[in-house]
Amino acid sequence: MLQDRISKGAVIVPAKPAQPLKQQLDRKWLLKLTNVLIGWLVPILIVLTWQIAGVLGLLNPILLPTPLEIWNEFVLLVSTGELISHLGVSSWRALLGFLLGGSLGLAAGIWVGFSYKAERLVDPSLQMLRTLPHLAIAPLFILWFGFGETSKILLIAKGSFFPLYVNTFLGIRSVDNKLFDVARVLQFSRWDLIRRLIIPASLPNIFLGIRLSIGVAWLGLVVAELMGASSGIGYLINDARSFSWTTVVFVGIIVFALVGKFSDSIVKWFENRLLRWQDSYKGADKR
Amino acid sequence: MSADTLIIEQVNRVFQTPAGKVTALKGIDLRVRKGEFITLIGPSGCGKSTLLKIVAGLDTSYEGSVLLNDKPISGPSIEKGFIFQEPRLFPWLTVEKNIAGNLSLKHKDVRKKVEEYIALVRLEGFEKAYPRELSGGMAQRVAIARALLRNPDVLLLDEPFGALDAFTRSHMQEVLLDIWQNNRTTMLFVTHDLDEAVFLGERVVIMNPRPGHIRSIQPIDLPFPRKRTSSSFQELRTKVLREFEKVEEPEFDTGAGI
Repeated sequence: MLQDRISKGAVIVPAKPAQPLKQQLDRKWLLKLTNVLIGWLVPILIVLTWQIAGVLGLLNPILLPTPLEIWNEFVLLVSTGELISHLGVSSWRALLGFLLGGSLGLAAGIWVGFSYKAERLVDPSLQMLRTLPHLAIAPLFILWFGFGETSKILLIAKGSFFPLYVNTFLGIRSVDNKLFDVARVLQFSRWDLIRRLIIPASLPNIFLGIRLSIGVAWLGLVVAELMGASSGIGYLINDARSFSWTTVVFVGIIVFALVGKFSDSIVKWFENRLLRWQDSYKGADKR
Repeated sequence: MSADTLIIEQVNRVFQTPAGKVTALKGIDLRVRKGEFITLIGPSGCGKSTLLKIVAGLDTSYEGSVLLNDKPISGPSIEKGFIFQEPRLFPWLTVEKNIAGNLSLKHKDVRKKVEEYIALVRLEGFEKAYPRELSGGMAQRVAIARALLRNPDVLLLDEPFGALDAFTRSHMQEVLLDIWQNNRTTMLFVTHDLDEAVFLGERVVIMNPRPGHIRSIQPIDLPFPRKRTSSSFQELRTKVLREFEKVEEPEFDTGAGI
């Protein structure tokens, strides 16, 4: 709307012939709904095909139970309270691990981003640690800290540290040098420089780091719970596998997927709010 | 205290390049009176932007002396407002917050001043707009307001309207003259546009490249507002152009020699 005002020389000219307000609102709402429904199109099609194939007897029920059977299992697990308690344990682990690893990653990224000397000092070692797979580290953590919560949370923290570290560092280093000149001319203090230039400018990267970190936190959680646990969704899956309860395995996987998406959506919501100023490509057909 | 706000004496600037030393500025002498509007013009490579950066304190590796209000320049500060070729606004801040910069809009004085300068650059109604929503000319006006809000002793402008279309540019020149006549801020304006230099400047400083030095200083004794079409304007423009052509000649000569 502002664009119109500018190009028409500060005179407000509606882009389209005026429509009744209600009709306009209906249209906007419809458009929004369509955009949401498009996201559901592919999964719904897959589930439908799957169910039909299962009913026709084309699938081995032990290996691939139908969506309806999985749903019934889900309802059962929810009604007994089993699923909720496992999910609670898993979420708590993921959250603690993410908070620990993520905040350390953010702090390290800021520190190394600010200082060339710090980069030379610690970045090579951190890059070396970054490529170590969870499965290679897990036995060591179990030896050191036992099968308890500590080893699990540390494993998750190890995973969530690196995406935030790498992206925060990258974000700080890619701040436009021209804006630094502006900050110098305006006599920004060091604190102003951090608060008003570096943090906002690297926020897009930091958010990317947070989203990747959360993803890795769930990944680390599964590894940790599969290695040995007596509770949590990972345990539920592993336990069900040993009894060939495929429906329960599916419920566990789907819960992971849903919770992962949900946590990602929360971060994305914040991202959209805080990065409203960004002027970037949103896709050619966005309306 | 001398009457001159800015005194530049025997300034040299030598750049070290892989190919050897390059003298960008040699023996620059310039005195700028308080409230004066100076335009600096010359072909690219004549060191006019380098000179501006030295006065701004963004470049401190020079020889000679640069005094602002009798004090040597040691680094960038708000006494020397700087307008870059691009607006260089913070994209995450609205217009009013960009102008306020590191000052808080929660302070009544700051808010009042910001509103005052938004009115001065004629951007009322756009206080809450983000830079991406502004045209090039509007964004540059925000940058001017941001510099003026800090009440600089001298405003340094480095080809500020170079990226704008002809209509917006002439409008911006009028806006700038308006501001200058209201505030009487000392202006040092770098341009490569002859018309712009003659239209704005009380004195036009003509610079010559290789090594960058001042060729001559042409006073423009025309009252404001100036008319580009008037014969006296055209006469002075031709006069400066002749100096300018003299500047270009040696460049052609050496070019032909190679």
